[in-house]
Parts: sequence; structure tokens; C-alpha cells
Amino acid sequence: MTAADALLEVRSLTRRFAGVCAVDGVSFSVGRGQVHAVIGPNGAGKTTLFNLITGFDSPTVGEVRFEGHAVSGLPPHRLAGLGIGRTFQTPQICAELSALENVMLGAHLRLRRNPVAAMLRLGGIVQRDRALREKAAELLAFVGIGTSGDVPGRGMAYGDLKRLEIARALAAEPRLLCLDEPAAGLNPRETRDLGELIRGIADSGVTVMLVEHDMRLVMSLSQHIIVLNYGRKIAEGAPDEVNRDAEVLSAYLGVHG
Amino acid sequence: MRLGSRGVGLAMTGIGLAILPLLLPNAFWYDLATRAAINAVVVIGLNLLIGYAGQISLGHAGFVGIGAYASAVLTSRLGWPPIAAMAAGALATAFLALLVARPILRLRGHALAMATLGLGIILSMIFTNESQWTGGPDGIVVRPFSLLGLAIAGERQWYWLCAALLLVTLWAAGNLVDSPFGRAMRALHTAEPAAKAVGVDPAAVKASIFVLSAVGASLMGSLTAHYVGFVTPQVASFLTSVELLTMVVVGGMASLAGSVVGAAVLTVLPQLLTRFEGAETAAFGLVLVATMIAMPRGLVPTLRERLGR
Repeated sequence: MTAADALLEVRSLTRRFAGVCAVDGVSFSVGRGQVHAVIGPNGAGKTTLFNLITGFDSPTVGEVRFEGHAVSGLPPHRLAGLGIGRTFQTPQICAELSALENVMLGAHLRLRRNPVAAMLRLGGIVQRDRALREKAAELLAFVGIGTSGDVPGRGMAYGDLKRLEIARALAAEPRLLCLDEPAAGLNPRETRDLGELIRGIADSGVTVMLVEHDMRLVMSLSQHIIVLNYGRKIAEGAPDEVNRDAEVLSAYLGVHG
Repeated sequence: MRLGSRGVGLAMTGIGLAILPLLLPNAFWYDLATRAAINAVVVIGLNLLIGYAGQISLGHAGFVGIGAYASAVLTSRLGWPPIAAMAAGALATAFLALLVARPILRLRGHALAMATLGLGIILSMIFTNESQWTGGPDGIVVRPFSLLGLAIAGERQWYWLCAALLLVTLWAAGNLVDSPFGRAMRALHTAEPAAKAVGVDPAAVKASIFVLSAVGASLMGSLTAHYVGFVTPQVASFLTSVELLTMVVVGGMASLAGSVVGAAVLTVLPQLLTRFEGAETAAFGLVLVATMIAMPRGLVPTLRERLGR
């Protein structure tokens, strides 16, 4: 794979917080399609890396390129417009909106957002919203919570909130979807279902990046794994290559026995 | 489903506003109803900003003041037609709100409260001190409202005009809340990271709702000036800002119906309490405190919850 083919390219990315290097000179590229995982012990810099890629944080040094364009330093809403979507470790769901409305929020950039037109119902806003409502219901069904459409966010179970986050991110039709610990807090059955969902998303052509602690899930889903430890990339490759790497075994897998 | 319940609410409000005059015994009550309707429109705008978008404003009376003084000064001193003066006031308000929105709305919580408070106080000082234009503390007389030679006169006409405006505002605000912009605004309030991650530009959304809310206040300020026929700096005072905020909170945050109820209750209540001569302010305060203890989420949301809706 040449750099030009890469969907996402990270070059010597570094983020320092008051002397601590959360991400330290990390470089890698992510090709189109498939599932790519970022793993590492707690505090390895995985979430910081995600924040740098999705615009929630800016690098101290280095750059992020998405589809060949330098995007580091752009705010999250601009990156969303370029096709980078994400979910959060702790679900960020608007408690006052229904599940359906939370998904509809995901399509924000593809809708008319002028408040005056909205007040006067001009420009087909209502018609497009109605069409979007159906699309959102389909997405809810796709992630497996099709019956929760009218339930407000505050009334939903934790596992369903995590699925709702994914549905909302998909509503934005991202080309790269970053999932930050989607299986955290889920029971084994929910985790298995989630694995199938993520595979389904990848099969539909969306490139998935995954930060995850559940090794079985990571190994079964990913074609490409990046291992971080203390902010540095210590290994990268296919699951079986990473599994054999001595440094990974001592730094990370060793911790888990 | 949602749209349906909204339509029913709107129809019921319309019927209520239409039969209310049958219950109004005299001009004094017409006047109260008219003032309540005007306040309700301002409070709906303020509730969109505070209750839905989660941004506080302690200076909203300042925007009411810009509209009121634009109408007063431009019609009475410069002889402008009322509608032109009203539009000029709204434009000036929009410009000012847009100018201060970006730096002010980057602030949060107490800092935002202080910044909007400061803005309101500056405006109120301008209205008090620029007496060659505004009449200073003594106020300024305003010509009656007329449009295309048609004058609005008498408490009945004013009531119908303001009731119609309230209904239109409720409809428009409901449309806004249920639109893509409305969802973005509500999401910013409780799940800002999620909103940003799907492309919501927080600064743009907050600025838009701030400007809209300010323009609504300005338009109602203009109307009040013509209705009362007289403007003093009190219209733009800090106390008026607090009164508007109280209407939002008592009626219920993020509730359009609550805004109407809050405005109505707080406009009428002080008049009902005048029988407690000398202690009316204390009685008013007591009622407010008791309401907020018994119904911390405001009248409408709490009642809705208790009635199982």
C-alpha cells in the first residue's frame, strides 16, 4: 500500500500534556476498508490518539492526513464534514432527544440548518426530516435497537446507548468510523453481537478504527492492529504477527496473563 | 406523534386566547393579558436560548430596550414610520448580538452570566445617559403604532394583535425545536462532544440562537413602546432581565408551553398580590420560592410529569 492509497495517514504524531507525552512520535497509515484496531494498556495514549484524529485535540508535533489532505488542527465539526465519524468511551447521548432524534442528529450536515427557514417550514425542511426519520429508523434496526425509536436517551440501557452512538455516527455516512471502546461495559453476549455489527459496518464499505480492550473481539475482527505503550507505537501488523511480537507480549498481553 | 401533540397544543392555545376576552372584565385585565402575551413572546425566545441551547443571558432586557428606544426615538424624534423604526431596531439588535455572540458565547456558566449581565447594564446606562436622544430617566413619549395608515388603538385591538403574535411565535418556535437546527441546539446543551462529532458547529449554532432570541426581544420591545406609548430606561434594566429569566425558570426550562405559563403567572401575580399592601413584594418572593421548592423543574414540566405525560 502506498501513502497515496491510504485513507488515513498519521505522521510522527506527538501530544504532550504538561511534560507527559501521551502520544509520542506515532506514525502509521490506515488503508480503505476493513477493521483497524489500536490496542495497548491503560494510559498507552489510545484515546488521545483518537482525539487527535477526530479533531478533539491538536497535536504538539506531527500531522494527520485524511484522503491526502492535512487535517490536524481542524475542529471536530469540520472533520465530520470530511467524513470522519466517532463514538465515545462514555456514550454521549442527548438525554432529552428520543433515540430516533439522536440518530437524526447524525445527519446534521446533510440537512438544511438555517433556523429561520426551520421556523417558517421553508425549503422542504419538513419533508426531508420525514424521509430522514425513516432512514434513522432503519439505522436503529441495523444496530439492533429498532424498537427504541421513541424512547428518550435518558431512559435507555447502557448497552443500547452504545449501539445508539454507532447508529448516530453512521447517519453521518462517514468514510472512517472511530469506535472508542465500544465493548466497554458490555456483557459477553452483547460483545459478541457488537462484533457482528462492526463486521457488518466494515462490510458495508466503512473503514473502522477501533480502540478496544477486549482482545478476543479485537483479534476476531481486525485485519490490522497498532499497539501503543506509553504513547509509542511498539508493534503493528496482522493479528497473528502482533500476537507473536515479544515486546507486545511483555508490554501488553503479559499483563492479561 | 410528536407533531400531532404539538398541533393539539397549538390549537388549544389558540382557542384559549380566543375565548380569554370573554373572561376579561375590563380594560385593566385586557392590559394585563396583552402584557403577558408580549412577555410570553420574549420569554419563548429566551427559553430557546437558555432552556434548549443551554446558554444563559442576564442581559436580555437590553435587547428589549434597543427595540423600544429605536421605535421611540426614530418615530417620535425623526418621524419614521413605526414599522421602519421597528425593523431598524431589530437590525441594530441583530448586528450587536452577532458582534458580541462569538466572544461571549465562548464563555460558560458564571462567566457567560457575567458577560451578558455586563452587556445589559451597558445598554441600560446608554439609555439613561444619552438623554438628548432618549429623554434620560424621564423617558420618552412614543407615537401610536400604525401600519399602512391603519392604527392599532384600544386595548381590544392590541390584545388580538399580541395574541396572534404569540400564537405565530409558538408555532415558529415549535418548528425550530423540531428541526435539524433545533436538534443540534438541544444536543449542544447536554452532549456537546457528540454534536461536534457529527458536524455541529457549536459557535455558529449558539450565535444563531442568541441573535434570533435577541431580535425577538427587540421586536417585542418596539411593540411595547408603541403599546404603552412611553419608554423609560426601566424597560432595559437588570431587574427586567431577571424578571424575564424568572419567567423562563418558573414556567419550565425547555418548555414552550412553560414559557407562556411563566410569563402569564409572573405578569398577573403581582397584580393579584396588591391586596397585601406593603407586603406584596415579600408575598411575590414567597410564592416564587414556594413554587421552585415544590416544582423545581418549573410549572409545566413538573405538572406534565405528575399527570403522567
